[in-house]
Amino acid sequence: MSDPTPTIAALRARIAHLEGMETHVRKVLPFDVPDLDQRLPQNGLAIGCLHEVAGGGNGAVDGAAAACFAAGIAARLTGPVLWCVTQADLFAPGLEQAGLSPERVIYVEAGDDMAVLACMEEGLRHGGLGAVVADVANLSMTASRRLHLAAKASGTTGIALRRWRRQMDAGDFGQPTAAMTRWRVSVLPSSPLPVAGIGRPRWLIELIRARAGESFDIELEGCDGAGHLGLPAELADRPAASAGGRYHSFG
Amino acid sequence: MLAGRVGNRRVVTAACDVAQAAGLRVGMAISKAQALVPDLDVRPADPQGDTDSLERLALWVMQRFSPIVAADPPDGVVIESTGADHLHGGEAAMLDALLGRLTLSGITARIAIADTWGAAHALARHLADPVYLGEPHETRISALPLSALRLSPVITAGLSDLGFETINDLLTTPRAPLTLRFGPELCRRLDQAMGDCAEPVTPLRPAGLIETRRSFAEPIAAAETIARFISQLVTDLCLALEQQGLGARRLDLLCWRVDSDIQTLRVGLAAPQRDPKRLTRLLCDKIQTLDPGFGIEIMTLTATIAEPLVSRQTSSLLEPAASDLSGLVDALANRVGARAVYRLTPVASDVPERSVARIAALAPDQGANWPNHWPRPSRLLPRPEQIETMALLPDHPPNWISWRGVRHKVCRADGPERIFGEWWKRDAELAAVRDYFRIEDEAGERFWIFRAGDGEDTATGSHRWFIHGIFG
Repeated sequence: MSDPTPTIAALRARIAHLEGMETHVRKVLPFDVPDLDQRLPQNGLAIGCLHEVAGGGNGAVDGAAAACFAAGIAARLTGPVLWCVTQADLFAPGLEQAGLSPERVIYVEAGDDMAVLACMEEGLRHGGLGAVVADVANLSMTASRRLHLAAKASGTTGIALRRWRRQMDAGDFGQPTAAMTRWRVSVLPSSPLPVAGIGRPRWLIELIRARAGESFDIELEGCDGAGHLGLPAELADRPAASAGGRYHSFG
Repeated sequence: MLAGRVGNRRVVTAACDVAQAAGLRVGMAISKAQALVPDLDVRPADPQGDTDSLERLALWVMQRFSPIVAADPPDGVVIESTGADHLHGGEAAMLDALLGRLTLSGITARIAIADTWGAAHALARHLADPVYLGEPHETRISALPLSALRLSPVITAGLSDLGFETINDLLTTPRAPLTLRFGPELCRRLDQAMGDCAEPVTPLRPAGLIETRRSFAEPIAAAETIARFISQLVTDLCLALEQQGLGARRLDLLCWRVDSDIQTLRVGLAAPQRDPKRLTRLLCDKIQTLDPGFGIEIMTLTATIAEPLVSRQTSSLLEPAASDLSGLVDALANRVGARAVYRLTPVASDVPERSVARIAALAPDQGANWPNHWPRPSRLLPRPEQIETMALLPDHPPNWISWRGVRHKVCRADGPERIFGEWWKRDAELAAVRDYFRIEDEAGERFWIFRAGDGEDTATGSHRWFIHGIFG
């Protein structure tokens, strides 16, 4: 977001300093969807921070759309990716179609939530990775702060993919954590095609919480083969936007 | 059949299954055996060679399974598995892996796991078929014959003359007369088998193994002290490794406690290493698994597996250095087990569950990709789950599906994508067919479902519907 006056910029810098950020200008990863980027602080997803992603509805249990969303972000970051899981049900060909090629991903299968968080912290502290994704159910304030500090120290982006065993446990997503942003990705019916078949997936992407930013929700099309989200045609058919449908879409 | 010499007689020392079926027994005179079976293949026994190859086998087991292994001549290997089994996924999984690898090498093995060396020795030879994994072993042992007790042949013969047959007979007999008659060995072996008397395993240490050692005048127990000495040991070990141009792939730290118990700590590395800082960190991460008891007297650090490691140029002006992940992979592998850290690589198979293979985390890139013309789900169920549907045969997607008690109305669908069974793998798959559909319900959730069978011919499958994956 462009700063209207220098005073506000100075105030922002001061608040950022109070919140414990070392650098005032943080590196960000834009989504390349202007409607989404313009509403994020510094016009993109902060690199070297902890982010939270969860699925909405049944996605809170299966985490399929959230996994694609996280894979798309990880795919657009450079460097290897560590993916910590408790149950090995990720299907690598599907992730590849979200842009994350198999040779970039190292999987760690840890026994329980605590072990997953420990492995995630280990990955974030190492510094040689591009992103660390972890399927976790419970994320306490203490754990998330540790992870966030580890991510900040090394510049590796951490994505906590919140996924619960039962639908009723998903209320845990309301608890506060130290994550920089908190996203919820729910599936929507896709727009009908002129022929039989299924089109590109449609997601309702809600930014529930963002530090130094405002929450909002937006309807977008799922990741393409390079990890980019797309703007649906009926929304993109406006003068300002042009991002959707540039790539061949899958899944 | 093998022939050996006992005193002045040539006797049979080992006989294969076929020979035993023909009536040959160990201990029989060679001339008698040759009379029984005319064209007998007699080979001279080589006790020294047997011992050597047993030690080689013990070393092989030590490098792969547990830090404390010793040869148990003439025909056994004893493995102290405390603290090593969880790295292989539990006792049963470890025994399975051990047996599998021995069978692949052409060795017929029988394995038992028990609380004491004596008990394991007896169970492996008398109850294992080929694996024995029982919980309480006292009752099982007492029913075994006397030969299970590792007694000298003279004592066994003497006891059987007196009418003792099983270990239980000995246990119910007063000990003083037995000791008077047969010496202290009998009761010692009995106590060792029942766990009343300690019997430490002296670990095998072949020549040429790189090892460093510290003994302490006063036993040490504090974690900080242990960490300090680990660091010293690692520094010494790395110097020794450097002199030989080697790097460690597996390290064993053995701590002898004052009560003569040995505590072990094993770390594995994905690539040869001799960086003292990194090795120290890997070992110190696991200090809390050591139980120092009343104190540790001696610590030894061994590079159980060492591989050549030469220096190479790591940075270049032309290209950015690729990040070195071996430290991370080692730390993770020692935390959760080496099998739980992996990468996935494509396999040329159309069957979804077979199209992915696990490879080592640091394996070189395979350069292969999955064929990209069909969408694939992001989550694949561990095994396909049966669903209820209503569908037109032969090639229509269902109108609705019911999965885990929830009914989904199918709004849009794509398919079928037909996948044929891999008849070269299993005969049962010769005619098998799966027709995969991608469906989307009213809420926009997308599932990957298939029908077993082609919709016309029941030989191709049961025509039941299954759900196999969830799209994001």
